[in-house]
Amino acid sequence: MLSSLGERVFHWLDERLDLQPIQRFVREKSVPSHRYSWCYFFGGATLFFFMIQVATGVLLLLYYKPTAEAAFESVRFIMTEVSFGWLIRSLHSWSANLMVLAAFLHMATVFFMRAYRKPRELTWYTGATLLLLAMGFGFSGYLLPWNELAFFATRVGTDMAGKVPLVGRFLLEFLRGGEDVTGATLTRFFGFHVAVLPMMATALILFHLLAIQRQGMSVPLSQKEASTTNAGMPFFPNYFLRELMGWAIALAILAALASLFPWELGEEADAFAPAPAGIKPEWYFVFMFQTLKLLPATVAGVEGELVGLLAFGLAGLAWFFVPVLDIRSSREEPSRWLTLMGVAALLFIAIMTLLGYVMP
Amino acid sequence: MSASWRIGRRSFVDLLLGGGVIGSVVSFLYPVLKFVMPPAVAEAMDQSVVAGKVGELPPNSGKIFKFGRRPGLLISTPSGELRAYDGICTHLNCTVQYRSDFGHIWCACHNGHYDTSGKNISGPPPRPLERYTVSIRGDDIVVSRNS
Repeated sequence: MLSSLGERVFHWLDERLDLQPIQRFVREKSVPSHRYSWCYFFGGATLFFFMIQVATGVLLLLYYKPTAEAAFESVRFIMTEVSFGWLIRSLHSWSANLMVLAAFLHMATVFFMRAYRKPRELTWYTGATLLLLAMGFGFSGYLLPWNELAFFATRVGTDMAGKVPLVGRFLLEFLRGGEDVTGATLTRFFGFHVAVLPMMATALILFHLLAIQRQGMSVPLSQKEASTTNAGMPFFPNYFLRELMGWAIALAILAALASLFPWELGEEADAFAPAPAGIKPEWYFVFMFQTLKLLPATVAGVEGELVGLLAFGLAGLAWFFVPVLDIRSSREEPSRWLTLMGVAALLFIAIMTLLGYVMP
Repeated sequence: MSASWRIGRRSFVDLLLGGGVIGSVVSFLYPVLKFVMPPAVAEAMDQSVVAGKVGELPPNSGKIFKFGRRPGLLISTPSGELRAYDGICTHLNCTVQYRSDFGHIWCACHNGHYDTSGKNISGPPPRPLERYTVSIRGDDIVVSRNS
């Protein structure tokens, strides 16, 4: 009964929209099967957390007030008065962090599997931009509760943007909506967080997914032989069901974290209070924060933080353009030095993050 | 000479059209770009402000006061001398504080240290804090910006 209804609906739509090519595509689509196939799950997990963000974000919009006077109080209202408000906010904060984590893991596996090599450069560029957008989401969303930690994190973060040569001043005032971090900054960040970034992210995600559908999954160089000897896994229903299982695990982790460790609100921001001791940015910025902390005031006659920001800027550029720089893998040859550099970068990030939490 | 300057009719129309499109785009973008930059707010730059009351600060302590829209830091050194500085760290814009246990000024954000004369002595701050002049007027501690 149900399937015949489904068939009738499909038939009705097919007559009008010609859905058969899509049906054929789904039926024939397969996912390469090899010993690193598990890496393919991180992209889907990132997408899953993004969808959670959209859903919980829309709910928070019903009560949140984006002004310096009302923001903190409105988040407190959500957390203490609104039914399940604490849960929705906690889910939004935790899912944001898990999304960034999943995106990092996705990017790292794509990097080490050389999945960015020709013809998938555009997928890498959109993915790298999406990771930057995710950090933008994190940075702008962090300020919205208008608490003490967020206030100083925003002061520091926007001050860094202000140090960019030539356009720094413009960037700083554009981001802050003035000279200082004030209610004007909050209103702007709110606009970026709920309108500009979601619009950009949605467009890029659609392109990213479309490119993956056009080209299929990349197979790591070391697994090419193995994957030519086996036929791969049918996408529907085999891989689809596995992906669903992955999402169920992601949901379980998120639900456990959000309900067992509800996200805190902290103290309301006060522009005339000193920065509190033990202040730290979100964990994914801690390695940069710790590096800037360890750099001396001047390095070879140049201000330390400028040297640090320049180094991070160059490393970021190299990371973004790795499909161009990695000539060997574009010729389908292994590039061991790049793997070593990737491992070194990961170690640096891990050590600096760890130091950020253990050093006073 | 004249031949090299000759432009075909089609190229001429293309040029006009292309120029028109670029001109239109620029004329749309210019107001947008101007709009996103906040207007300059005329700020009455107070040259001096009452930062506290005499006797309010015991030796080896400090407090934040409002200097216009910026935080300032008033400290009483361990020997009881009153000094005032710009409250914003020269490193990355956080607000500094006086740490009685260190006996000097400290910024929590990146562990920057300044001595009681505002000089950057340890950590990442690249420059000393701007120093203000402190004077006593009756019961008030008055802090003035050095012009």
